[in-house]
Amino acid sequence: MRSSRPAARGRPGKRLIINRSGITRALAQLARAIRLHNHAALAAKSLVFVGVKRRGVPLAERLARLVSRRSSAAVPVGAIDITLYRDDLQMIAETPIVRGTDIGFDINGRTLVLVDDVVFTGRTTRAALTELLDYGRPRAIQLAVLVDRGFRELPIQPDFTGRRLRTDRSDLVDICLQETDDREGVFLTRR
Amino acid sequence: MARRLFAGGRVVDPVGGRVAPADVLVDGGRVLEVGRRLDEAGAERVDCRGRHLAPGFVDMHCHLREPGREDEETVASGCRAARAGGFTHVCPMPNTEPAVDTEALVRFLVRRGEDAGLCRVHPVGCCTRGRQGRELADLGGMRAAGCVAVSDDGDWIADARVMRRVLEYAKVFDLPVLSHCELPEFKAGVANEGVVSTRLGLEPVPAAAEAAAAARDVLLAELTGSRLHVCHVSCAATVDVVRRAKERGVAVTAETCPHYLVLNDEAIVGFDSNYRVNPPLRSEVDRRAVVAALEDGVIDAIATDHAPHSREEKETEFGAAAPGIIGLQTAFSLGFEELVLKDVLGLPGFISRLSSVPAQILGLPLPRIAPDCEADFVVLDLDARWQFTPADSLSLSRNTPFLGRELRGRVVATVLGDSLLTSGGGSA
Amino acid sequence: MSFRHRHLLGIEGLSRDDILTVLDQARTFREVLDRPIPVVPALRGRTIVNLFFEPSTRTATSFNLAASRLSAQCVSFSRATSSVTKGESLLDTARNIEAMRADGIIIRHSQPGAPHFLSRRLRAFVVNAGDGPHEHPTQALLDAFTLREHFGDLAGRRILIVGDIAHSRVARSNILCFTRLGARVAVCGPPTLLPRYVEELGCSVFYRLDCILGEVDVVNMLRVQAERMTSASLPSLREYRQIYGLTRERLAGLGPSVVVIHPGPVNWAVEMDYDVADFPQSLVLNQVKNGVAVRMAVLYLLAGGREEADG
Repeated sequence: MRSSRPAARGRPGKRLIINRSGITRALAQLARAIRLHNHAALAAKSLVFVGVKRRGVPLAERLARLVSRRSSAAVPVGAIDITLYRDDLQMIAETPIVRGTDIGFDINGRTLVLVDDVVFTGRTTRAALTELLDYGRPRAIQLAVLVDRGFRELPIQPDFTGRRLRTDRSDLVDICLQETDDREGVFLTRR
Repeated sequence: MARRLFAGGRVVDPVGGRVAPADVLVDGGRVLEVGRRLDEAGAERVDCRGRHLAPGFVDMHCHLREPGREDEETVASGCRAARAGGFTHVCPMPNTEPAVDTEALVRFLVRRGEDAGLCRVHPVGCCTRGRQGRELADLGGMRAAGCVAVSDDGDWIADARVMRRVLEYAKVFDLPVLSHCELPEFKAGVANEGVVSTRLGLEPVPAAAEAAAAARDVLLAELTGSRLHVCHVSCAATVDVVRRAKERGVAVTAETCPHYLVLNDEAIVGFDSNYRVNPPLRSEVDRRAVVAALEDGVIDAIATDHAPHSREEKETEFGAAAPGIIGLQTAFSLGFEELVLKDVLGLPGFISRLSSVPAQILGLPLPRIAPDCEADFVVLDLDARWQFTPADSLSLSRNTPFLGRELRGRVVATVLGDSLLTSGGGSA
Repeated sequence: MSFRHRHLLGIEGLSRDDILTVLDQARTFREVLDRPIPVVPALRGRTIVNLFFEPSTRTATSFNLAASRLSAQCVSFSRATSSVTKGESLLDTARNIEAMRADGIIIRHSQPGAPHFLSRRLRAFVVNAGDGPHEHPTQALLDAFTLREHFGDLAGRRILIVGDIAHSRVARSNILCFTRLGARVAVCGPPTLLPRYVEELGCSVFYRLDCILGEVDVVNMLRVQAERMTSASLPSLREYRQIYGLTRERLAGLGPSVVVIHPGPVNWAVEMDYDVADFPQSLVLNQVKNGVAVRMAVLYLLAGGREEADG
């Protein structure tokens, strides 16, 4: 993986950190690494992708297409909504709307690549893991993220990372994707 | 014995229909003189500038709960509330425990009133023994002991032959029969039958339940030639029954209460049991008809139907709550706002509905501010704006939906003989 | 989409958006119920009390399951087993329960307004599981969910509610809910069981079932209680079935796209003949299945956030 790109220091404001072609390159690298690592599972058709809503889903779909480009069959993709598994539900003022989980295949015994756009404190991933294990018992779960921005609060580490960003705790990192936002880019907002 | 000069106010004469500036000189519990710029030698001066003086009010229908429910109200506490509300005369209804159906109990109430010394108490006796609606009570004995009318209020005398006998016998003692008109088969209802009761799924009671009972009573009164009085008229249909009866020359009178003038059944949306009352709050059409009936005299008097209830009886689901609203301290203000400020009645006309008219119906001496009359009158501040809070309630109970409502006009003092009592919030 | 209410006291207080939010969330909870482990931790640590002053197996169980599937703990108080029968007031009963740190109370009571009464006095959130003849909002929501699952949108659909409308909380809630979702609602029953001014709720009125049965998309039958005969509202159950019942003859004459729902429990051979149980166009079992999901959605939306949410 490429080493971290230093975050812009100083001035507050929103800036583009990774552009469209940067994202494309990162995804290509991720797909290559995932394919290499899961060569056997792919051949046995037991590799699956699950994206964490919202933006993990289009990323999972893209990765699945890239990974299965030279394979005979498409790799299945599911979507998971972790709202009901959040550990902070009792602390927020308004009940968040649940968008629903949609995993249309059996995950038992599969090698499951969990895909999210950003890993930060690690709590979202923890919630996703708990929920996935309520669905069944995969052979293995691996975590693939487009961006790792640090500040983990739980012992959770991605297996596959697109880019590492050095950020301040109070920064906002936003990912925009064509499928959800009509443009592409990773933005950092310093307050 | 106090000699007092109430100076600088305007005196309301409900009988003559006039309001005129005048001073009032009181001595020994009686009015000595009424006139302009009276000489105040030796008299305590009571400044009444900006105030109005009117004859004391007569509440011909209230509940003082003694004997039996002294936790909810006593004659003493009720009279304190009455006095603060401008009432110099109160007529407690006999649906107590035990019911007031003998001369001994009437005497008991009269004595309790004298002990309290705050209001003139004129008990109403039962029509039938124990209010059971079957046998006549001792109307003669009760009359002699001081009761001014008879009523089985709380219930309607369902047996028509019994009601006829009551009317006939009461005539001997010149006792008006005050009838609580409600067909008993509809007693399970808790709300006026209308859009609101349909929306809320509350057991309905149609206006006809009141009007049909009133119609029967009116026809029996016509048959016997007795004096009938219809209590707490709440709807247009009953107004109609009374109007036609009067046109035929039947000796019928009628009363309504402040809550029927001011509220309609929309108030119960939300299920606040402070609005649970019997008869129930009716539709807006009914409310307007009742107001109009006061204006043209089909309804003669305003009474409070002051009905104290304990917290545990009221603070419960709407249908299970005891019906009733306390009203002695708010009656004047509510009526003043709805009738005088909205130009339905002039001030003298409004005061007459509270004072001279009920007195006349009950055969009491007409309260008047005139020489050689008992000094029973009130001092009013018509510009006052105030709120009735739980702390203001002199009644032992607090069940009223008017808490916290901005009220217009206020009784600031009540004179009864030679006692002068100010009501909170300003001196006379 | 949002749901900013502290309590669910009736359909009356809900906007069309509120209703659609609940139904939308119910869909996600249907998916949860189909999982191998049909439990989510969203309400872990919360305590929900079923306070049922009127007997009910299916509604109480449905709420119990809904709470449990959300990892909340559900405790039931029923009239038969509690001090309620000893004459303890509603307020005292509820206060005692709240003292045990209940987060939410689901109340079924014979008096209209009982849930409203509690909501003004307790810190817990309150769900109306039926207050006398007034409202039964979760039933209306699950009926709407069931019908939308079948038809998609309810706009313009013609829905007929048949039975004892005057005493039916399901009728009142359903009329409000269906009209708010754009359906055209009619009610049918004997005049003795139709409250005056019912049209003001937004429906049309029919006194003969055969006059209207051929022109509707949904037939919503209601339960008729035997007590109505003693109160002179009905001559006999036999007569009721003849004129207002969904008999096998009437069932046979229903168009191929007409569906039937009933809140249950059914008085077979009174309001419906037993043939309805096998009728392919009956959605009654779907209603039961959807009940848990809808109630999960309600509990989640009311309990999910911080205690001091407004409404």
